[in-house]
Amino acid sequence: MLEELEQTRSRALDELGGLANSNDLEDWRVRYLGKKGALTLVLRGLGRLPLDERKAVGASANQVKSLLEQGYADRKEALKQEAYQELELGVAVEKLDVTLPGRPVSLGRLHPVTQTLREICDIFAALGFQVVEGPEVEWDYYNFEALNIPADHPARDMFSTFWIDAQDSSKPMLLRTHTSPMQIRVMEKTRPPVRVVVPGKVYRYEATDATHESMFYQVEGLAVDENITLADLKGTLFAFAKRLFGEQRKVRFRCDYFPFVEPGVDMAIDCFLCEGKGCRLCSGTGWIEILGAGMVHPDVLRRVDYDPEVYTGFAFGMGVERIPMLRYGIDDIRLFYSNDLRFLRQF
Amino acid sequence: MKAPLSWLKDYVKITLPPTDLAHRLTMAGTEVSSIETVGGWEHIVVGQVVAIEPHPGADRLKLAIVDVGGERFTSVCGAPNVDVGQKVPFAHIGAQFLDPDSGALIKLKKTRIRGVESQGMVCSERELGISDRHEGILVLPDDAPLNVPLDEYLGDAILDMDVTPNRPDCLSVIGIAWEAGALTGQAVSVPDVRYDEAGGPAEQAASVEIIDPDLCPRYCATLLTNVTIGPSPLWMQQRLLACGMRPISNIVDVTNYVMLEYGQPLHAFDFDKLAQRRIMVRRARPGERLTTIDDIDRPLTPDMLVICDGEGPVAVAGIMGGSASEVTEGTTSILLESANFNAASLRRTSARLKLRSEASLRFEKGLSPELPMPAVRRATQLMARFSGATVAGGVIDAYPGKKNSERVSLTARRVEKVLGIPIEMDRIGKVLSDLGFDPQPAGANEYSVAVPYWRTDIRLADDLVEEVARIVGYDEIPTTLPSGALPEYHPDPMRQLREQVSDILVGCGMQEAITYSLTSLEALGGALPGSSIAPLKVANRITAEQEYLRTSLRPWLLQALSANEKHEEDGVRLFEVAKVYLPRDDDLPREVQMLAGVLCGPRLDRSWHGDAGQVDFFDAKGIVETLLARLGVAADFELAEQEAFSPGRAAAILAQGSRLGALGELHPRVAEAFEISSQPVCLFEIDLETLLPMTTTSRKYQPVARYPATIRDIALVVDRELPAAAVQSIIEGSPLAAQVTLFDVYTGDRVPAGRKSLAFRIAYQSPGRTLTDEQVNKEQEKLLKRLQREAGATLRA
Repeated sequence: MLEELEQTRSRALDELGGLANSNDLEDWRVRYLGKKGALTLVLRGLGRLPLDERKAVGASANQVKSLLEQGYADRKEALKQEAYQELELGVAVEKLDVTLPGRPVSLGRLHPVTQTLREICDIFAALGFQVVEGPEVEWDYYNFEALNIPADHPARDMFSTFWIDAQDSSKPMLLRTHTSPMQIRVMEKTRPPVRVVVPGKVYRYEATDATHESMFYQVEGLAVDENITLADLKGTLFAFAKRLFGEQRKVRFRCDYFPFVEPGVDMAIDCFLCEGKGCRLCSGTGWIEILGAGMVHPDVLRRVDYDPEVYTGFAFGMGVERIPMLRYGIDDIRLFYSNDLRFLRQF
Repeated sequence: MKAPLSWLKDYVKITLPPTDLAHRLTMAGTEVSSIETVGGWEHIVVGQVVAIEPHPGADRLKLAIVDVGGERFTSVCGAPNVDVGQKVPFAHIGAQFLDPDSGALIKLKKTRIRGVESQGMVCSERELGISDRHEGILVLPDDAPLNVPLDEYLGDAILDMDVTPNRPDCLSVIGIAWEAGALTGQAVSVPDVRYDEAGGPAEQAASVEIIDPDLCPRYCATLLTNVTIGPSPLWMQQRLLACGMRPISNIVDVTNYVMLEYGQPLHAFDFDKLAQRRIMVRRARPGERLTTIDDIDRPLTPDMLVICDGEGPVAVAGIMGGSASEVTEGTTSILLESANFNAASLRRTSARLKLRSEASLRFEKGLSPELPMPAVRRATQLMARFSGATVAGGVIDAYPGKKNSERVSLTARRVEKVLGIPIEMDRIGKVLSDLGFDPQPAGANEYSVAVPYWRTDIRLADDLVEEVARIVGYDEIPTTLPSGALPEYHPDPMRQLREQVSDILVGCGMQEAITYSLTSLEALGGALPGSSIAPLKVANRITAEQEYLRTSLRPWLLQALSANEKHEEDGVRLFEVAKVYLPRDDDLPREVQMLAGVLCGPRLDRSWHGDAGQVDFFDAKGIVETLLARLGVAADFELAEQEAFSPGRAAAILAQGSRLGALGELHPRVAEAFEISSQPVCLFEIDLETLLPMTTTSRKYQPVARYPATIRDIALVVDRELPAAAVQSIIEGSPLAAQVTLFDVYTGDRVPAGRKSLAFRIAYQSPGRTLTDEQVNKEQEKLLKRLQREAGATLRA
């Protein structure tokens, strides 16, 4: 029995040295160490031996078994190292043409205006403004009357309006010409402090060209509290401009007129293309006008039952398309809503 | 509004270069959009023609001998109007001028013209670029200073300004002068408007009666007799031209000039043609008509204010005069009107008549009723001076709308509360005084401010705050952030859902589109055949393609797909999240947030990896399923027939007992309506208002299974018409079936006719123990029996 064991050992170890790949090695393992392997059979046959012999053969068989197991592990490791070596030497490896395109994955994108809107709203959210939205079809009252623009007011010329064809002419309905009606709607519903931004579509009855669209987006802002000042407006818009257009931006206020604010201003940033020196983008002025703003008019506050002696507020409104147009050098606003994939894909 | 700098200088000292002044005006609210420079005439000076000699070699040419400060030059000249004694613009050799034929800038060279050397040139207006005139040379006034560069004498800068609607005072040169004065610390002096009143009392010669004082608070008039109509002086013509107005005659030019100077429109009537020598201001009567000076016969309506003589209307108040009483060459007496009219009424009338003039643009912005008096005096003075007229005594002044001027109180505290920066009282006072206000101290830190009559925009303390801020300059305002408490937070779940939906669809490889809210009935009908919602219509459409508020996102999205498929090699996948507008009675429409998506073309972009086929119903469904799964909404799909979709290839999307939307392959008829050639086109649509409440239900954590699953594949043969989902839900009913995946569907020879085979992979799993084969076998037996009983399913051999 011991002799048989010894033969098995030497045969197995002899064979082991000549095994050239992992398949052969696996066969070898099955042959000697597997369920029906030579060594397993020996161990299984132990029970039939007399006790004293069983002890000696058993000890020897276990010794052989661990020897073979060790040999198997070593050979396996050696084969693995050989394989790595071969791989690294590049012997018999099929090389990929890595310049071939990858498997296509369908790629979607948000519309550039949506991207800009999110960016704007995120900045104001970080400044403590909540995002609210309102109706696009509005009453004349909210779009004009409540904002100090009664019928036949010359400022109506600033807002060419789409009117809704409706039966009841005493209560005219229109497509909002700006997001400012939400100033009234928000203040009607809440008491100060108010701090909101209102993104949304607005409409103008205007023939379209490279710089005019009949539909575009605005973002309105409104902050009302006991101590809101024009300096707060400037600071808020300054913070906004720096985050949107870069840390080194400067802002400039210039007097302007909107019937629902007093004082009224328009805000410009120094041109980010020429750093304020004057170029084609800024029409040589060094400044780019970004938005209209001002302190909420006392009559507007009174209309929503806010006491203008106690509360002051600022409001601003900006066109959204202008921002990607400036950033990317887009020269025709109509591109945004023609939805040509060759355009949309660039953002 | 255009204002030549030279004209501004009549009222205020201008110390700044034009561009600097323009910048200050712009920053203070009157935006200078451009500066037109008149001049730049190097080597052109004022000369005097001292002799004219015939040209020895040409009959039509003359030799003009021009004296320029003692030196004499001979200029060969063809102008018919050149004459001895004239002051003329004389160009030395080397000067640049505009070629009258080509308009190009050329340099004057020493030349011989028909044998005579020309030592310079006498210039026409066209050669100087002042106007188009080239019939003769420009003759300068006699008092033009000799040998002074023409730039100094005639050079100018014309500011072109965009005036905001609240500042009609800035539609006048004097108004701009007040702005310039305040911005540069210079005093403003207005014209002295005295004149001789040699005629009899005006009130005896004519009468003015205001019948409708609500529309005409004031009407001033003067009378001039012995008028000689002729041209106005050259300087006035040049100023009118510079401001874009055409010179007509001394009388008409003065009305325009004073309108530009003071901002008050005026109208001159031929007094002899006014019946009964009276003026009545009233609303038009039904049926009345007036032929205006543009020779158009216009019907008048009772809401229009008209100026009448003893017989009927002679002018539409503030908008246009009638041709019958127009000043003509033969006019010898004038009634000069300077009145104040109701702004809103005038604006309505001018819109109704489609007549907008320089006058109506000023009136509709609300002029001061104090303005007509100084303006009528100024105009009368100038008319008398230029036409030799005799002026009747006094001004007829009907002024039923006179109001007491009110003072506005302004405190230093209010200035600081609004601006966020304290400004000294003295500085506030100076700014206001410089602008023509009269601030009187009223207590320690308060002014009682009288507002100058021309500033009709100032009513409240905050209006004065703006005056202070814009003159002091906004650069002085510091930047701070609001310091108060933040308002209570109110989330907007719909906005969050929209963003989430868009992000998921972008992840599914779809491109977001934004299309127009207005569409056409034709497009709506084409996209939704058989739909019955009557959309809202705009009363004033720009194009027929955009006339109705959309009740569906489909039309524009399909148009976008159609336009894109024409140039896209690869597939087109577009979605839009936007509102549709559903009309309601007596209210604003219901604005409903919708999602729609369209896709067509190859499933994957063309590549060397091979073709993946064309998109179909199941691509669209896969996207919808991904979206809803991501939002945690379990949905069912039911075969649905809709006219927009191909029969048998569309489904209703259902969840929690509600219809969420639809999806399907477009009916070829719909594709054709949008000129889409791809086949098939898939469309899905989900009502986000219905979806929203389903997404907000809270989710609960399920422990991850700790015991292994046993996988079994079964193939079931069922009726072909039976929905796979019905079979799947029976299997899912097994308490041990943790996951059920349909992995093969077969119809064909190897199953009986009218039947199909569905192969499912079932993962049996228990949360509490490892299942034995025996337990799994037993459960599957039970399941197969139920499938047999409830779905007529047999195990496929």
